[in-house]
Amino acid sequence: MSSTPDPALALETRQHEVDGDLHWFELGRRDFLKLFSGGLLICACAAKAVAQESGRTHGSHELPKDVAAWLHITEDGNVTVFTGKVEVGQNIRTSLAQQVAEELRAPLESISLTMGDTDLVPWDAGTFGSRTTPTMGPRLRAMAVAARQMLINLAAQDWHVEPSELVAAEGKITYPKTNQSLGYGELTHGQKLVKVIEDDPPFTPVTRWKTAGTPVPKVDGSAFVTGKHQYTSDMSRPGMLYGKILRPAGFKASLASLDDQAAKQLPNVTLVRDSDFVGVAAPDLWSAEQALTALKVQWKVPPQISDRELFGYLKANAGKSDQEPPKVTGSVEKAVATAEFKLSQSYTVAYIQHAPLEPRAALAEWQGDNLTVWTGTQRPFAVRDELAAAFRIPSQNVRVLVPDTGSAYGGKHTGDAAIEAARLAKSAGKPVRVTWTREEEFTWAYFRPAGVIDIKSGALRDGTITAWECHNYNSGPAAIDVPYNIANRLIEFHPVDPPLRQGSYRGLAATANHFARESHMDELSHAAGIDPLQFRLKNISDDRLRAVFEAVAEKAAWGKQKSTPGRGFGLAGGFEKGGYIATIAEVEIGPAKTVRIRRIVEAFECGAVVNPNGLRNQIEGAIMMGVGGALFEVVRFDNGRMQNPHFSEYRVPRFKDMPQIEVVMVDRKDLPSAGAGETPIVGVAPAVANAIFAATGDRLRAMPLKPG
Amino acid sequence: MEAIAVTVNGKQHRVTAAQDEPLLWVLHDKLQLTGTKYGCGEGQCGACTVLLDGKPVRSCLTRFSAAAGKHVITIEGLEQNGVLHPLQQAFLREEAFQCGYCTSGMILAATALLGSNRNPTDDEIVRAMNGNVCRCGTYPRIVAAVRRAAQSTQKG
Repeated sequence: MSSTPDPALALETRQHEVDGDLHWFELGRRDFLKLFSGGLLICACAAKAVAQESGRTHGSHELPKDVAAWLHITEDGNVTVFTGKVEVGQNIRTSLAQQVAEELRAPLESISLTMGDTDLVPWDAGTFGSRTTPTMGPRLRAMAVAARQMLINLAAQDWHVEPSELVAAEGKITYPKTNQSLGYGELTHGQKLVKVIEDDPPFTPVTRWKTAGTPVPKVDGSAFVTGKHQYTSDMSRPGMLYGKILRPAGFKASLASLDDQAAKQLPNVTLVRDSDFVGVAAPDLWSAEQALTALKVQWKVPPQISDRELFGYLKANAGKSDQEPPKVTGSVEKAVATAEFKLSQSYTVAYIQHAPLEPRAALAEWQGDNLTVWTGTQRPFAVRDELAAAFRIPSQNVRVLVPDTGSAYGGKHTGDAAIEAARLAKSAGKPVRVTWTREEEFTWAYFRPAGVIDIKSGALRDGTITAWECHNYNSGPAAIDVPYNIANRLIEFHPVDPPLRQGSYRGLAATANHFARESHMDELSHAAGIDPLQFRLKNISDDRLRAVFEAVAEKAAWGKQKSTPGRGFGLAGGFEKGGYIATIAEVEIGPAKTVRIRRIVEAFECGAVVNPNGLRNQIEGAIMMGVGGALFEVVRFDNGRMQNPHFSEYRVPRFKDMPQIEVVMVDRKDLPSAGAGETPIVGVAPAVANAIFAATGDRLRAMPLKPG
Repeated sequence: MEAIAVTVNGKQHRVTAAQDEPLLWVLHDKLQLTGTKYGCGEGQCGACTVLLDGKPVRSCLTRFSAAAGKHVITIEGLEQNGVLHPLQQAFLREEAFQCGYCTSGMILAATALLGSNRNPTDDEIVRAMNGNVCRCGTYPRIVAAVRRAAQSTQKG
């Protein structure tokens, strides 16, 4: 139950900080003058600092230890669980409910989750970094155990018996001797359960799980197949207007001139200009678009680099990381000098987009100085603080609610659409919904960082790796460490002032670092003349990593079929965020060197499995998404402008790209459950690159992989 | 703007909208049939797929006037008397979604496929559905769901 900052969480949140707000408001002349009259200016700065701090660590947020903050039982026995985590397709609404049902001994159908409503749930840093399963799971389990113990005590008092004589099951406390029983709702009468939990109460052993650990279906699945679920972009409020934002002609642009005469003539249109923010709100989307088109605008776009210059720029502008000093063990220099063979190679990854199918959306409504915003975000409390800072109101005046959202993949950390909708609603005096277009989503959301990764290594003829030096420029430090036994190593992350607005992405830099490392391992194994699997096993001492490599090799019958010029097999693996992964790809090379991924076999181990079907879905989905980053996805940009902001130009995986996918889930009931939304993506690109090499002899060191 | 008559899921509506307004906006915002989703506005993702006189169309690229006098079926029109359509049941059984945002479009596209081909092969499913994007990557499950629905309607 400790609320001390977790170093892993701190690293995640630093990585997730998105540089640069899209908007800064003057909020009208009076507010503007007030802002610069001293006191309030300091106030506004302080609010921003607090906002950043709260996103970084638990900061001043002491998480509640009383059961009532997390769990409520109504008189009819229904259980509401409160959590700041949000559902974006990763299925935690189901997996968390399973864990509560398990520990509370209540039917799964009686459990419902209130998620991501900042007025109702305890503060939370956000849903990212595969943290829900390892942190929120145990927290809710602890509350459920405590609640169960309290219910037993209540019944024991009622019946004048010892608590140890009572049994909790199926949402009831039973006294087996007399067969008396009372439902949880009858015991609590809907009153708050007041108990402060200081220590972790005893959890039910995983081997005795009945509800957790089983493949129960997604709890509200029927709402999705019937179209009844309301995403933010489906919501409306009485009198609601539709908002559109006038987007700049390029990144970092400033507004040079605006002629709004024609737009002003249109009926029922609210026009808002605040600093460089220009937007419209109208009773329907069509009228809002007409108004936007009627605006005559000129932007000044400063000269900026293009994607062709990107990797040179990243290396030339590398800084030293004060937060991530180089990790040095032994002496790489000496080890390389005495190595029997050595390699030095450079790998790159492109900027890519999350492209969640539901674009950013928000619906904002003001009541006086109180603001309510529905929006699809992974960080409701951080967005609440962003809104408070943008409008210079206290955070407690802002309520953010997150309906289950049309995916995120790390792309929905910021409150851009929320701020835009709230700004328009403030002027319009009515609720406003803003839904970004696909082009806006591709252009004005942030990107997965591009990067350059240089690796230098040395090894002995027998396959022992003796030296490893790795420099990652800009893409990030996640999974930068080498999971192999290497005596001499130097590993360093170099942050760069990035040319594009960048932030979190599923797996963070673990994809880039695995691509570089596992490609390099493949190169070393070929240089040593040792089978890539044997080469890795020789250098592994971590049993969990060994286990997934052996499991995937067995499932794929590694080595049975030799690679040919038309067909190649490649292997990759590693671990990150508590999950262990090994991937084998089989590729087919077409006549014009086209690559078709025929089959991907992946072994994954993340401790005790909470929901096998949900986990399998995540692994399959991560593999499918990984195919995009491996083969197609790249953001092209030039002079501050996106060159391919449409699905017709930005290629995402489709049905035809679907390989045969085989998943081996290694269930370790003896180990705590870890998150699984991210790590299953990291093995795909290097396994495919290594398979392409096995078939063609071409070593591709840039993601996306472009043969020929 | 003018009032145009359109039949959606068997019900007649008169909607005031511009002739060129996308059918998607009329369905989603004016008729509150929010199961039909905006995904890209350029016919590239299929999230807005509806049936127009039985044929699958991208409602984001279909002008409202083109739907005048025709019959539109949206995801809300598939359930009959509280019984889910076999494709809806199959998507649930296979759990062929994660975030669910593409699901309406997937189910409508698959409805059109099974309407013209009652027993498609996996290759035919892949070809017919290739214009629909699932960013969560549940493609193998969607193929399995379409196969399951085809089998269940054959039996029925």
